[in-house]
Amino acid sequence: MKPKNQRLLLVVAAVVAVLIAVLLGMWGLRGQASFFYTPVDIASGKAIDGRPSRLGGMVEKGSIQRAPDGVTIRFVVTDGKAQTPVVYRGIVPDLFREGSGAVAEGRLQDGTFVADTILAKHDERYMPPELGNLAAEHKVGKTLEK
Amino acid sequence: MIAEAGLAALWLAAGLAGYQLLLMIMALRSEVAVTRTMRAVAVVQGALTLVAFTMLLVVFARSDMSVALVFANSNSAKPFIYKVAGAWGNHEGSMLLWVTILAVAGAFLGLFSRRTTERTLVAGLGSQSVLALGFYAFLLLASNPFDRLAPAPANGQGLNPLLQDPGLAFHPPTLYLGYVGLSVAFSLAVGALLTGEVDSRLARAMRPWVLGAWILLTLGITAGSYWAYYELGWGGYWFWDPVENASLMPWLAATALLHSLNVLAARGALKAWTMMLAVIAFSMSMVGTFLVRSGILTSVHAFAIDPGRGAFLLALLAIYVGAAFVLFAVRGATLKEGAPFELVSRETGLVINNLLLSVILGIVFLGTLYPLLVEAVSGEKLSVGAPYFNAVAGPLALVLAVLVGVGPLLSWRRERRPVLKHLRVPALVGATALTITVILWPSIGILPRLGLGVGAFLAGAGILPLVGRNPLRAPLATWGMVVAHIGIAVALAGMAANGAFTRERLAVANPGQTLSVGPWLVQLQDVTPTAGKNWTAVEAELRASRGAGPVFLKPQTRYFTDPPTETNEAAIRTFWNGQLYTVVGKADPGGGWQLRLWWKPFVTLIWLGGAMIALGGALALLGRLLRQRRRGGASKDWRRERYA
Repeated sequence: MKPKNQRLLLVVAAVVAVLIAVLLGMWGLRGQASFFYTPVDIASGKAIDGRPSRLGGMVEKGSIQRAPDGVTIRFVVTDGKAQTPVVYRGIVPDLFREGSGAVAEGRLQDGTFVADTILAKHDERYMPPELGNLAAEHKVGKTLEK
Repeated sequence: MIAEAGLAALWLAAGLAGYQLLLMIMALRSEVAVTRTMRAVAVVQGALTLVAFTMLLVVFARSDMSVALVFANSNSAKPFIYKVAGAWGNHEGSMLLWVTILAVAGAFLGLFSRRTTERTLVAGLGSQSVLALGFYAFLLLASNPFDRLAPAPANGQGLNPLLQDPGLAFHPPTLYLGYVGLSVAFSLAVGALLTGEVDSRLARAMRPWVLGAWILLTLGITAGSYWAYYELGWGGYWFWDPVENASLMPWLAATALLHSLNVLAARGALKAWTMMLAVIAFSMSMVGTFLVRSGILTSVHAFAIDPGRGAFLLALLAIYVGAAFVLFAVRGATLKEGAPFELVSRETGLVINNLLLSVILGIVFLGTLYPLLVEAVSGEKLSVGAPYFNAVAGPLALVLAVLVGVGPLLSWRRERRPVLKHLRVPALVGATALTITVILWPSIGILPRLGLGVGAFLAGAGILPLVGRNPLRAPLATWGMVVAHIGIAVALAGMAANGAFTRERLAVANPGQTLSVGPWLVQLQDVTPTAGKNWTAVEAELRASRGAGPVFLKPQTRYFTDPPTETNEAAIRTFWNGQLYTVVGKADPGGGWQLRLWWKPFVTLIWLGGAMIALGGALALLGRLLRQRRRGGASKDWRRERYA
């Protein structure tokens, strides 16, 4: 093969590789990206049942209930305008408390959010940015200190 | 005084970086001999940043609360080692560490580089100082680590307890050394593009830097993965967290660069491609820094800071990456074509390796940045997690792992021998492993199943480069390659075993009660309060047995006071065939405690594989450096010139 053709072939291969990456990526993102919702979004029907998604808000005071098995909990997440019930099986993270911010990862099933993971803010200063905005909008919970 | 001395050193270093830029411009416009000055200035600049960083360590070690950064991130009750490590466990300190490593790398380049031409070295050092200049500006204008507080407060606010861990002391510096080591490859590539001297000598000059950076990145990623595994108490080793991706992306690019550098060094081919990879590799390091340090991500590591800093970092990133790509576009096409090779050859194998790595890199990049893009465009918030990355990048990684077994058997330029014949035995081993998994465990997932098969194949194929010759006389670099490639097989097997065979048990247990997980019977014996220097905890005593003598584990939930935080301290026991992983959760109103237990067969192979990959890199680096020393031809010319 002539060096010139070889270089052309390499360039074509590189371009094709980039295209494949983008196409594969977009295909994966269409099916797997999980949207972030607040209870008011869910109340207005924006979330699709069964699709991976995330729910953020404040844990409503007095809403945490333990199931008899001791490891399943039910609680209500609120953004000040609407409420969404959540069920979670597992050990709740550090600093998961009533009246405090939390993000649940999982999916919506028949109006209840079934969480696989629960994230709470990790210390007094750090909070998921999504909740930072939420707190600013609704004047609930602690805003970011910095 | 100490803080002021640090600040002054930083300003001086920035001035010298500006001077280096001027020297480079002079040298490139006319034939002024500036090499010796350039080398000397680079060394002094590196030394000054070291002084500044040492001053920061001193104010942290002394808990000097009049320095704003110490006040915000330290507390005099903290153990001494975490006081010192706290210096780089925050935004300003870690950026100072970053620029220190950048400047010290420039100093080493100035001291030891003998392989490129003088002009390329001068241009490379100039480029390195321009990189440093931007980060000096960032530190001095937007995030000064030495700012004072007018009335000095009595005590500080403390450090996130998750970060109070021996892992913190070494994890970020290791990754930073890796990130910034790639800056030298970037600078040399920019220098060579400016002078037009892209050849095998340049590749040999770059290779030790890339190898060194790659080893440290591999170690950093492996250690970070283990840190997340035992510290977070979630039982996972990789979460596809954006910050993890931020370290994975430079690693993928550096891996590709490492392989294409071999083509450039041995055959003088793939010139433009290699230069582009060198630019991309460090760009990915800067993207990583931007993602972590701008605070725009939802992540354990992201720190909430003001958006001005994020914009500053983004501007720096855009300028450097943009300028490098413009330079590449202008000069890349004027490079001479490299030596030709045929379709079946080692060059082609390495091209395919590079293309697959680039596609995986693109997929990770897209998935990591997509949420930011969507939020910027439509305001919608979304996140991209493990399902995306595993589904899209996983199969490609498996294909790559198969080809890792084939590539090293091909010879340069063209392959005439029937190479596939050698692969009969490994192929048989892989197929047998696959069949066994189908018969014994019909219900495991497709990716873990293929992972076990491919792992077995690669373990066999990886050793072939040493078969049929005297292994003791094979070059150290070949040994390095074999060890690293088998390390991939080992890590793959660990991931597959963890995915296929992990057993989990989550339940409430009263003291005296026994739970079973996998082959284990775990009895909760007692739960007692305990305390450390700056924390209190509840500690569960567990007695685990599987036939033979029992073992005891003591997981804790710790409560820190400054700042108030809880952490789960998992108790992990390692056996030859896996790990028993235990976490104690919250108290149950009925008097019991939540327990989460995992039995993870062969999970340790993941980090063993990571360590083997790094060890392979270290062997290759050692081999290259020893050989360079033995030959020493080029360096003698340089010395003569220098002392003439």
